[in-house]
Amino acid sequence: MKDVFKKPDSFYEFFTRSAAADKEATHYCPGCGHGNLHKLIAEAIDDLAIAHRTVFVSPVGCAVFGYYYFRVGNVQAAHGRAPAVATGIKRALPHSIVISYQGDGDLAAIGANEILQAANRGESITVIFVNNAIYGMTGGQMAPTTLLGMKTTTTPYGRKSINEGYPLRVCELLATLEAPVYIERCTLEDSKTIMRTRKAIRKALEYQVENKGFSLVEVLSPCPTGWKLEPIESRQWITDNMVKVFPPNVYKDKPAEPREELPSPVFERDAVLNALGVTDEVASGSGHAPGDFPTHEVVLSGFGGQGVLLLGQLLAKSGMREGKYVSWLPSYGPEMRGGTANCHVVISSKRIGSPYVAEPNLLVAMNQPSLEKFAARVRPGGVVIYDSSFVKTVALPAHIRGVPIPLSEIANELGNAKVANVVAAGAIIALTGMVGETVFVELLRNLPKKALLEVNLKALAAGRQAAERQIKQPIPAALV
Amino acid sequence: MRQELLKGNEAVVVGAVLAGCRSYYGYPITPASEIAETAALLFPKVGGTFLQAESEVAAINMVYGAASSGQRTMTASSSPGISLKQEGISYCAGAELPCVIVDIMRGGPGLGNIGPEQADYNQMVKGGGHGNYRVIVLAPNGAQEMCGLTMLAFDLADRYRNPVAILADGFIGQMMEPVTIPDPVRELPQRPWAVTATDATRDNLITSIFLDHDELEAHINALYAKYAQVEQHEVRFEEYRLDDCEYVAVAYGIVSRLLMSAIDQARAEGIKVGMLRPITLWPFPAPRLKELAHTAKAILVAECSTGMLIDDVRLAVECRIPVQLCSRTGGNVPGIAELVAAIGRLRESAP
Repeated sequence: MKDVFKKPDSFYEFFTRSAAADKEATHYCPGCGHGNLHKLIAEAIDDLAIAHRTVFVSPVGCAVFGYYYFRVGNVQAAHGRAPAVATGIKRALPHSIVISYQGDGDLAAIGANEILQAANRGESITVIFVNNAIYGMTGGQMAPTTLLGMKTTTTPYGRKSINEGYPLRVCELLATLEAPVYIERCTLEDSKTIMRTRKAIRKALEYQVENKGFSLVEVLSPCPTGWKLEPIESRQWITDNMVKVFPPNVYKDKPAEPREELPSPVFERDAVLNALGVTDEVASGSGHAPGDFPTHEVVLSGFGGQGVLLLGQLLAKSGMREGKYVSWLPSYGPEMRGGTANCHVVISSKRIGSPYVAEPNLLVAMNQPSLEKFAARVRPGGVVIYDSSFVKTVALPAHIRGVPIPLSEIANELGNAKVANVVAAGAIIALTGMVGETVFVELLRNLPKKALLEVNLKALAAGRQAAERQIKQPIPAALV
Repeated sequence: MRQELLKGNEAVVVGAVLAGCRSYYGYPITPASEIAETAALLFPKVGGTFLQAESEVAAINMVYGAASSGQRTMTASSSPGISLKQEGISYCAGAELPCVIVDIMRGGPGLGNIGPEQADYNQMVKGGGHGNYRVIVLAPNGAQEMCGLTMLAFDLADRYRNPVAILADGFIGQMMEPVTIPDPVRELPQRPWAVTATDATRDNLITSIFLDHDELEAHINALYAKYAQVEQHEVRFEEYRLDDCEYVAVAYGIVSRLLMSAIDQARAEGIKVGMLRPITLWPFPAPRLKELAHTAKAILVAECSTGMLIDDVRLAVECRIPVQLCSRTGGNVPGIAELVAAIGRLRESAP
C-alpha cells in the first residue's frame, strides 16, 4: 500500500541531536513559518532524490538547529557568513547540493556583503531567505526588513526612516545582478501561497541539480512570538502589512546553460612539480658550496624602473647556481612605486644570518639620491659603483673607493636605456667576482624577453670593460 | 636537487601545493599579497580553487566551508586582515576544522605601516578570537622554512583537527632565498568526520554550538586534552651555539636571523652566548628554556614588538634568572650592533 502522507525521508525520524525531552517535536514556536519551510525543503530533497549529496548550511537565529531535523550533511555557519561557507563547500564538492538557509538579520544586515557577492559570482547554490521582519531568536529586535512604524525591542517607538532607513528589499536588489538565475519572493499566508512556495523551492533546487547557478527564494514568514500575535493573526498580518512592502513575485528566472564544470584537483607527483615549474634537473653547481668564499653584502639602489631589484635577483640567483648561500631583500610597498627602489643582496659561503645589510661592502648607486642615502653606511674599505650619467656631486668618505661608470650612457649607446642594470652587473662581476660571468650569462639567456638577449650580452661586456678601465686590480670583498 | 630562488611569500604557496592544498581564499594586503598572487597563478594549474573573496571575513568563512568538506585549504593576510579573521578562526577551532592561516605581520596598531613587525604575537599565539581555544603557530625564519613549515602546517592541522598559523613578518615574506623543493605528499589523511556530500557522511555535522553548558564544557575539556597532546609532541625549536653558553638569546622570524649575526660577533668578542629560536610559538619550547635557565646566567629576548614573546620566556624560566628585552617596533628591526650591545648588557644583569 502506498503512503499518501508521511514524514519526508530527509528528516530524522527522531530528533536525537536536540537536548529537549521530546524527540519528535521541533523547537519552533506554534505558528512559526520555519516548520512549514523545513517540510517543503525536505519534500523537495526527497522528490529530487538528492538527500545523500545535500549539504545544509545552518544559520544563526531560530533555524540554528536545522541539523536537528534534516538528515543530510550539516555545516553550521557564523552570523552572516552562510553564503561564504556555502561557497567553500560547493567549490570543494562540485557534486553537492548546497542549501544555505538564512533569516533577515543574518542575510540582509550582518551578512549583506556575503549574499551580494555570492549572488554576483553566481555560486551554484540555493539560498532560502526567511523574512519575518524581526530578529526572532535574540528576542524581537529590529531587522533590516522591519516595516516602518513597526515596534520591536530596539525600535520601541516604531521604526523611523529618518533613523533606521527603510525596509531592505533583497529580491529587488539582487535581481539587478547579472549572475543569479532565479529569484522569487513567496509567502506563507495560507495553503495557496504555501503551495506556491513549495513550487519555488523545488525549482530553485532543480536549477542547482542542473548546475545552472545561483537561486534565492525569499519567504515572508510568520513570527507570532516576535510579533506578539496569535498564529492565525500573524498569517493575516503578512497579507495586511508585509506583502505591500515586499510584493511576492518572480524577480528573475533566466536559467542559462549549465555552468562550466569545476576542475578536478590534480595530485600526481610529476603533474604537480610540472605545474610548479620545477624539474628534477640538478641546478649547475648547486650542492657544491665553495669552501672559503668571502661574504659580499651589497646594497643596490636607484629609481623605480631602473631594474635594481631584478639586478639583485640575478646576482642572488647566480650565487645560488654556484652553490653559495644567498639572500635578496627588497624595499617594498609604496616606496618602490615612483620613488627609489633598493634591495639588499648577501652572497656567502656560510649560512646567512642577517639578510638586512646595514653596512654594505658594495653599494651600487644608480642615481644621486641613492648615493646620498647609502654612501655613509658603506663600511671602511668598501666600494661604491655609481652611475656617473646621473650622479654629479660626489663626496665619499676617504676610506671608501668610488667607481664612477656612466651606466645609463653606455646603455643608451647600446640602444636601450633599460639595460643600465646589466651594465652595472658587468662592472660588479668584474670588480668583485662575487659570482661568475658564465652563470650570469646563462641566466640572461633564460630571461623571458628573448629579443633583449643580444643587447643584454653587449651591456654585460661593456660594463665589464668600463670597470676594467677604471681599476686594474679586482677589489677584495670585505672579510666577515 | 630542485632548487628555486623564491620569495618567502611564494614559498608558502609552493609548500601548500606540495602539501595537497587545493583551495585558497584570500584578500589582498601588503606585505602578504604575493601569496594570493602566486596562489592565483598556481592553484588553477593543479585543478585547485583560487578565489579572491570580498573580505577577510568572507575568506576565512570560505576556508571554514572548504575545510568542512575535508579539503586541505588555506588563507593568508597581514596583521589588520588577521584581526578581521579572528572570529572565523575561533569558529574553525570550535568546530575542529583543519586549515592553515598565514600572517605576514606588518606595523600596527590600526593602519600602522607596511614595515615588518612582530606585534601579532599575542593575537596569534594567545588566540585573538573569542572562547577557549588554541592555534598551533609556526614561525619560519627563511624562505626554505616558509615552504617546509607550510607543508608541516597542513599535516599538523589534519593530525589535530585544528587551525594552524604560519606567523612571519614582512621581511621573511618579501625576502628571496634558495628553496629546495621537496616531493609532493603522496597520500592525504582520511577524514571520516568531514561532510563530503555522500551517503556515508550524511549524518556528519560540523558545528561549534553546544547549547547545554555541560556539553560545551565537555567539548572544551576535549579540546584541551588535544592541546595537551600538541604540547607534548609538537614543540619545535632550533639551537644556535648554545653548547657552552652562559647567556641565552631568544628570538623568532627575521629577528632570529639578525641575532645569528649578532651572536657570531659577540662570540668573537669572547661572550659565551647562544640562541634558542622557537619554531613553534605555540606550543612554546618552555621545557627547554626552563632547562637552560638552570645553567645560563641571563636571557635576552629580542623582538619587533614591545614585549610579547618575553612574557612566554619569563613564564618558562619561572623568574630564575634575569630576562632582558631588546625591542624595536614601527617597521624597524634591531641592528646587529644594537643586539651585540644588548648581549653585552646581559653580563651586568647577571647575578
